[in-house]
Amino acid sequence: MNLATLTIADVRSAIAERKTTATALAEAHYARIAEQDGEIHAYLTLSKERAFEQAARMDRMAENGDPLPPLAGVPVAIKDVMVTRGVRTTAGSKILQHYFPPYDSTAVARLEAAGAVLLGKTNCDEFAMGSSNENSAYGLVRNPHDKTRVPGGSSGGSAAAVAAGMCLGALGSDTGGSIRQPAALCGVVGVMPTYGRVSRYGLIAFASSLDHVGPLARTVRDSALLLRAIAGRDPLDSTSADQPVPDYEAELEKPVRGLKLGIAREYFGEGLDGEVRAAVEAAIQKLAAAGCEVVEVSLPHTEYAIPTYYVVATAEASSNLARYDGVRYGFRAKDGKSLSQMYRRTRDLGFGPEVKRRIMLGTYALSAGYYDAYYLKAQKVRALLTRDFDDAFARVDAILTPTTPTPAFKLGEKADDPLAMYLADIYTVTADLAGIPGVSVPCGKSRSGLPIGLQILTRHFDEATMLRLAAAVEDGNR
Amino acid sequence: MKVSEKDVRYVEDLANLELTEAERARMVKDLNSVLDYIDRLNQLDTTNVAPMAQVSDRYGDSAKTGKARFEHAMRADVVGKSLGREAALANAPETDGVFFKVPKVIER
Repeated sequence: MNLATLTIADVRSAIAERKTTATALAEAHYARIAEQDGEIHAYLTLSKERAFEQAARMDRMAENGDPLPPLAGVPVAIKDVMVTRGVRTTAGSKILQHYFPPYDSTAVARLEAAGAVLLGKTNCDEFAMGSSNENSAYGLVRNPHDKTRVPGGSSGGSAAAVAAGMCLGALGSDTGGSIRQPAALCGVVGVMPTYGRVSRYGLIAFASSLDHVGPLARTVRDSALLLRAIAGRDPLDSTSADQPVPDYEAELEKPVRGLKLGIAREYFGEGLDGEVRAAVEAAIQKLAAAGCEVVEVSLPHTEYAIPTYYVVATAEASSNLARYDGVRYGFRAKDGKSLSQMYRRTRDLGFGPEVKRRIMLGTYALSAGYYDAYYLKAQKVRALLTRDFDDAFARVDAILTPTTPTPAFKLGEKADDPLAMYLADIYTVTADLAGIPGVSVPCGKSRSGLPIGLQILTRHFDEATMLRLAAAVEDGNR
Repeated sequence: MKVSEKDVRYVEDLANLELTEAERARMVKDLNSVLDYIDRLNQLDTTNVAPMAQVSDRYGDSAKTGKARFEHAMRADVVGKSLGREAALANAPETDGVFFKVPKVIER
């Protein structure tokens, strides 16, 4: 069994036919983690006890001939921003170093209910703030394709774990590109569903109006299976949408012929690497050859997406991160003589530099005298960016863009320049602001063997069309 | 330069942070660099644009208006299950078994 090429679809039939067991699969993956992860550092915590209990449960069901749930025995990893009952959850931050949540997030609970085996929690940028995974308080993650390069972020651990065969699928979170960008840089499929499609209950909040939970996997079919398991209305999240969830796997069988694809010129301008452009254009040609109609569309406000994002996201983050005060959970500084001094010391020692930078920026943007100039202005531009997509989707079924301007960059290359790092998400942030779904699917490699991703965006709740197109691109690029 | 060291100290206070001198100097530089970039939003005329706080305003039953549109997000106002005291206190840095303990609040 080659763990690096195994898929969820393979496991399903192997377990049903009793060719392997969930326990054997979990053991094989833990052996692979022991062998690979010393260097890659994709995992922060392994949940072996919980994994083997679940695997044994699935094996007993298979032995008894009971009907197996859709993800029976599938080993998965969870980004460490989703709470897991009794399993340490840190959000990549020192401030949650010893946090053992008393409950499970809905996405995790749904994966387990579908039979998946939770191998552990993956490394990420602190509170999901970053594009390279270099902002983790627990050390950086290396890209499995080139250990001198970043895996992307903030779900870098999840993407690297999938790429290196250390799990079959993973959950990530996407606020400005944090699923799709690392998926592109690590050569895996990363899905950001429509805002509200997957419950955020138990996701440690960064920016509540932008946060999405979604799957990363080696194939589009596997992503479809994972998405199906976690999607749907959740009474515990009032922003989760009351929309029927299609059978995404069955939807993949439909042809792409006749679909109308939009190419936005704003995504192919200055700053786009030549090899990325060539790979993305080849993927577009491939879809045209499969019978899709390709037309040009305009998303005129695209250049304002990053500044809008960094006002909205940091404003929401400054409010969400106010809860880390050293009182109820997590780290507390020992030398605070008064309550307010304890708050300050705790937050100063507990948060890393990027998190402090964003809290400061968000607090400034919301402070008296600046609210209208920054926050209100950004909300208005967010409406314009969303309108751009509404206008485009009146004409086309999907929009195709590169996921990232360049393949994976070197570790440390952008670490000292926050603005340069922010621009790594230039093609992904707009979808988060508009709440539309997006997928990154591998569409080729650079001359030096680094993966390149194509991003496909569709209308709200039309993940089915998005995944169908992704599957058509994927053939031949895995 | 939009943001001075004095501004950073003020925002630090609002955000309950306590930066070192070195962190503060770096913060002045970084915030100015990002705010300069954010300033390009002023190139856009947004006079008649309604602000958009979140996407879910667009969801719900579009055949209905007002609160009725979001009935699916409402539930009856009844007491549900919640964490017990032990679980709620389990992750606290300091407790007396009944309450969270914090440093003295009242200054005498």
